[in-house]
Amino acid sequence: MIQEFKKVWKQYTIGILWLLGLLWPMLGIHPDGTLTFKTTFTVWSYILSGSFICLMIYVMKASDALKFITEPVFRVTGNIRTVTAALPAWIWIIAILVFALLYPQFAGRYGTDVAVSVLLYICLGLGLNVVVGLAGMLDLGYIAFYGVGAYTYALFNTVYGLAFWVCLPLSATFACVAGCIVGYPTLRMRGDYLAIVTLGFGEIVRIILNNWMTLTNGPNGILGVKPIGIFIPVFENGFTFEHFWVKKLQFFYYFALALAILAAIGVQRLNFSRVGRAWESIREDETAAGLMGVNTFRYKLLAYAMGAVFAGLAGAFFAARMRFVSPESFTFLESAMVLCMVVLGGMGSIPGIILGVIALVALPEVFREFQSYRMLIFGATMIIMMLFRPAGLIPAKRVGTRSEEKEG
Amino acid sequence: MEYFIQQFINGLTLGGMYALIALGYTMVYGVIQLINFAHGEFFAAGGYVGAIALAYLAGLGYMESNPVICLTASFLLSMAYCAYLAVGIEKIAYKPLRKESRLAALLSALGMSIFLSNGMMLTEGVYDKVYPSELFQGGFDFGMITISYLQIMIVSLTACLLVGLNLLVFKTKIGMAMRATAQDKTMSALVAIGSNRIISLTFAIGAGLAASAGIMYGLYYGSVKYDMGFVPGIKAFAAAVLGGIGNITGAMLGGLIIGMVEIFGAGYISGEYKDVFAFIILIAVLYFKPTGIMGENIDDTRV
Repeated sequence: MIQEFKKVWKQYTIGILWLLGLLWPMLGIHPDGTLTFKTTFTVWSYILSGSFICLMIYVMKASDALKFITEPVFRVTGNIRTVTAALPAWIWIIAILVFALLYPQFAGRYGTDVAVSVLLYICLGLGLNVVVGLAGMLDLGYIAFYGVGAYTYALFNTVYGLAFWVCLPLSATFACVAGCIVGYPTLRMRGDYLAIVTLGFGEIVRIILNNWMTLTNGPNGILGVKPIGIFIPVFENGFTFEHFWVKKLQFFYYFALALAILAAIGVQRLNFSRVGRAWESIREDETAAGLMGVNTFRYKLLAYAMGAVFAGLAGAFFAARMRFVSPESFTFLESAMVLCMVVLGGMGSIPGIILGVIALVALPEVFREFQSYRMLIFGATMIIMMLFRPAGLIPAKRVGTRSEEKEG
Repeated sequence: MEYFIQQFINGLTLGGMYALIALGYTMVYGVIQLINFAHGEFFAAGGYVGAIALAYLAGLGYMESNPVICLTASFLLSMAYCAYLAVGIEKIAYKPLRKESRLAALLSALGMSIFLSNGMMLTEGVYDKVYPSELFQGGFDFGMITISYLQIMIVSLTACLLVGLNLLVFKTKIGMAMRATAQDKTMSALVAIGSNRIISLTFAIGAGLAASAGIMYGLYYGSVKYDMGFVPGIKAFAAAVLGGIGNITGAMLGGLIIGMVEIFGAGYISGEYKDVFAFIILIAVLYFKPTGIMGENIDDTRV
C-alpha cells in the first residue's frame, strides 16, 4: 500500500498545489486593494479533503487492500455476467421494451418528461452516430438539422395548418435537403476542416433563425404549434373515427418511444448493410475504400443526409412536444451535447449510445440540487469519463481483425 | 471613404485580437493535432485576471500615479496565470489521452471548456466584470475618422506580440524544437527534444497570447463575462482553419481576415448577421482551397 502511495503522491501534491495557485487570484485579490487567504483556503481544503479520500480509495484498490469488499462484489458480478451471457439478446430487448412500455405508469409527470427528452436524444444520437460513428466524419453543427426539422413542422403547422403526420415527411425531407446543401461543398474536406465548417453552418442556421423576423419571429420563437393529432376508432353508433389531440405527456411518450425504436432498428439495419460496410471502409481508410470501388463522395453525402433525416424527424417531434420553437434550443452547446452522448456511450454501438444518452440527460437532473454546481460537475464528469473509458461505456464490437491488432 | 478607413481601423483592432487567440489554436493543433476547445476559456480567464489585477492596483492607488506600469503588470500577471492554467490542464486532461482516439481528447477538451467557464462563473459571479474606463480616453481626431489611443495601443501591442512570436518560432533553438516536434515526434525525440516539455511550452505560449487578447477585449469593450470565451473562441478557430491549421503566419492572416470581414459586414451589410459573414468567408475559402490560405503545416502521419 505504501508502495502504491509512493507512486502517486508526488503528482497528487503538485496537482493540488497547482489548484491552490489557480484559485487564489480568482478568490483572494479584492478590488479595494486587499489580499485575503481565508476563502481560498476554505474552498481549497474542501477540495483537498474530497480528492484525498478519492486518492486513498484508489491507492487501497490498487494495492488490493480492499480485497474483502471487491472480491465478493466481483464474484457476484461475474456470476451475473455468466448468467446474462447465456441469455439470448432478444430476451434483453423484450425486457427493456416491457420496461419502456410500462414506464409512464409508475413514473410521475417529471419522470415522463425526462424520459421523453431521453427518447428524442436517442433519435438524435443515433442519427449523429451514422455520421460520426459509421462514416467517421466529425460533425459539430448537427443540431442545425434538428432545428430545420422543428421549424419546418412549426411553420407549416402555424402558417398552412398542416397536420403533424403530413409535416413529418416534410421535416425529414427539408432536413435531408439541408444536409445535402451542407454536405455537397464540404465533403471534399478532411477531418478538422469538416468540423469547423459544420460548426459554421450550424451557427449560420441558428443566426438566420434568430434574425429572420418575418419568417421565424426571431428570438421570440413560434408559439401555438399544434400537438400530434390521431384518429381513434369509436364503436358507439356504428363505426366512426374520432379526432384526438395527443396533449398528454404520457401519450406523447409512446410516440417518442416508437420514434426511438424505429431509429434504433434503422441504424442497426444500416450498419449491417452494404451501405454500412461502405461507410466503415471510408472511416478506416478513405483512399483504400476509393480504390476498392466505393464511391466515397456519394456515400459520405448519403451518410450526411441520413443523419440529417433522423435529426429532422426528432425535430418535428420536439416541436410537437414543446408546442413552441425558438432558436435558443439549437445552440452549439446542444450539438456538443449530442456528440458527447455518442462518444461517451461508445461510437457505433447502439446500446452504448442509449446508455450515453441516459447518462447525460439523467446526470444533470440528478445533480439538480447542486444548482449552480451542476454544469461544473457535468464538465468534470465528462473529463473523468474520457480519462477512464476513452472508448466509451459500451465500445462497439469491430468486425474482423486489423493488421495492427495482430502485430500487437 | 472616411467610413471605410474608420471601419478598417476597427477591423484591424478586432482582427488582431482574433489573430492572438487563433495562434494558440493553431500551435496546439500543430503539435498534438487537438482542437483545444478550452482555449476560448483561457481568453476569458485572461480577461478576468486582468480585471482583477487592475482593480486591485487601482484599490492600492497606483493607478493614478503610474498607469502604464499597472497595465504592464496586469498584462504580465494574466499571461503568466493563463500559461500556468494551460500547462496544468494539458497535464491533467490531454496528456493521458494522447494515445487514444482524437475524439476522446476532443471531448475531454469540451468538458474542460464547460468546467472552466462554470468555474469562473462560480468564483467571479454571473455578472459582467467592469474594466476601468478612464484609461486611454481620447484619441487622434482626423475629421470624420477617430483613432482612439486604446486602438493604437491594442494594434501596436498585437504587432509586437506577433513579431515576437515569429522570431521565437523561426529564429531560436526553442522554436526549431517546436517545429521539429510538430513535424515528427519520434524523430525529434531521437535528437533529444523532449516532446512533453515542448508541448507544455506550446500550451503556455498559446494561452499567454490568448490572455493578452482577453485583456485587450476587456479594455476595448469595457467588461468581461464568464461565458465570453465561446464566440471569439470559435471565430478564432475559424481563423486558424482559414489560414491553414498548424500554420502560424496563416493564423495571423486568418485572424485579420475574420476580424475585417466581421467589421465590414456589420458596417456595410447588416449588423445582425455579422457572425454569419465570418463563416461564409471561411466556407467559401475552404471550398476553393481545402487546406486554407497558407496551406497546412502538419505532416499527415497516416500512410
